[in-house]
Amino acid sequence: MKRFALNGAGLLVALFAAFPVYWMVATSLKPSREIFSATPRPVPTEPTLAHYRDILTGNLIPGVSFVDFFRNSLLVAAATVLLSGLVALLAATAVARFRFSLRTSFLIMLLVVQMIPLEALVIPLFLMIQRLGLYNTLPSLILTYLGFSLPFAVWMLRGFVAAVPKELEEAAAIDGASRAQIFRRILFPLVAPGLVATSIFSFITAWNELIFALTFLNDQEKYTLPVAMTFFFGRDDTAWGPVMAASTLITLPVIVFFLLVQRRMVTGLVAGAVKG
Amino acid sequence: MTTLTDAPGTSAARETPARRRRRADRLPYLLLLPCLVVIGGLLLWPLGQVVWMSFHRLDNVRQVRGDRPWPFVGLDNYLQILGDPFFHTVLRNTVLFAVATVALTMVLGTLVGLLLNRLGRRMATFVGSCVMLAWATPALTGTIVWKWIFDDTSGLVTWLFNALPDGLSTALFGRSDWTGYGWFNSPLLFFAILTLVVVWHSFPFIAVSVLAGLKSVPSELQEAARVDGAGPWRVFWSVTFPLLRPVFAILVVLSTIWDFKVFTQQFVLAGGTQDRSTFMLSIYSYAEAFSPPPKYGLGAAIAVILTVILLVVTGFYVRMVLRQEES
Repeated sequence: MKRFALNGAGLLVALFAAFPVYWMVATSLKPSREIFSATPRPVPTEPTLAHYRDILTGNLIPGVSFVDFFRNSLLVAAATVLLSGLVALLAATAVARFRFSLRTSFLIMLLVVQMIPLEALVIPLFLMIQRLGLYNTLPSLILTYLGFSLPFAVWMLRGFVAAVPKELEEAAAIDGASRAQIFRRILFPLVAPGLVATSIFSFITAWNELIFALTFLNDQEKYTLPVAMTFFFGRDDTAWGPVMAASTLITLPVIVFFLLVQRRMVTGLVAGAVKG
Repeated sequence: MTTLTDAPGTSAARETPARRRRRADRLPYLLLLPCLVVIGGLLLWPLGQVVWMSFHRLDNVRQVRGDRPWPFVGLDNYLQILGDPFFHTVLRNTVLFAVATVALTMVLGTLVGLLLNRLGRRMATFVGSCVMLAWATPALTGTIVWKWIFDDTSGLVTWLFNALPDGLSTALFGRSDWTGYGWFNSPLLFFAILTLVVVWHSFPFIAVSVLAGLKSVPSELQEAARVDGAGPWRVFWSVTFPLLRPVFAILVVLSTIWDFKVFTQQFVLAGGTQDRSTFMLSIYSYAEAFSPPPKYGLGAAIAVILTVILLVVTGFYVRMVLRQEES
């Protein structure tokens, strides 16, 4: 009886959590007349990929294909991941491998800057981007997202670096390996899984971001996916089929990546913060 | 950064142990340098800049570019905002929304965390995976889906209310036909739906963190209390909660920080920045700065007020984390 009640509650929670995601995918596969019918069908009775075709080929809005926005988003996210991974790895090595006088201050700063409300930085960063001549360019976003993803990346990566046994490096040093060799041959391969996890978080940060992209980009051909979504579908009478198809395309890579690293997410944010 | 200064030059070609040590002293700072440049240039400098901007009258993009002078106005922007009744409405909206959302997220998240801990293995995996879906969904697309669910013609909620028996619907809400009902038109309903969307996005993190906390403390104490006849309510408040107090404290602070500056969900649900009746601090700052006519100085001042509020909360957070690291 008790088991039954617990399982029932579990199913309710699962339904509440997963239903909107299911509904997004289901709607994206329904033909328009089924979407706008008075009685919604729980599953698509005549599944179709028409909405996906429409947004990707530019059928829906003449001359506008979401393939371009995909390319822009991927470019920005990939550059952010590479830069932030490299810089974070260096910093994480410093923090995890050395005892130096400003180490604690640096860690505190890392914690505090993660709490800066990024929404409050739109105006000064808009100014910086204007002055650097980067307004309406993709590098303006790469730079911005690098700053946003770096503190968490360092915070997370330091745990991975610290987990590599120091003895391995010492053994290599005794065998005559230089610091650069130790870094490249010993530390890097062992930290690689952590680097992948960290990269995924930087990727998600860059892929999902809306406000800064909305503010820094002007020309349609520069839009990233989130900007394109709000620009083309922010109007009142919304074509829900294509909107859900585009939403699904944006969401799927994030969900796949997220499931790969979710365990580390908890460790990074809470246990990492709690246990150090 | 005194250790960055050069080691005194020695003519000895061999590396003395002392010199080697000094080189090792410098290395961590070299490794940190790129990170410090990025954080300094892209987070700390803009943070200072936003304060500086808030003391100026900036209502032209050419001033932002530096082509025109910045008239210094002292605290005028702050006086103007603080004296504006609208600001008080916005502040009240923000605080009420944050309090309601944090409370609901914590309660739901904790309940789900406790539930996941009690479920059988397979059921826990299934429910856990579903919960992960809500967490993983980007704020943007998650909000768009909820907007579709609340669509006034073909949305699921509209259909549900239409499906209620007409008599019951009329008795309860005074209407039986819900087609065309603007779910987002009244501020109260708007905030209720916004709360729903944000809670949906954020309870998984609380649930998974509480679960991780539960797994890290011995379960014997709870079992002992249960054997002694304590009900679930009693077990939670007398045993589980005290054990997990540090985790809860951090989760409350993190949630407060996140819910205080909600932007994307609000922006998408409201369809932009036109509807001032549902403004909260972050979107208010953005709208003042970027909706024509632009008022960058005023927007900056609002951003500073938001930041100061959050920094106070962050102060608590950092103190808690440091206390954890020490123990």
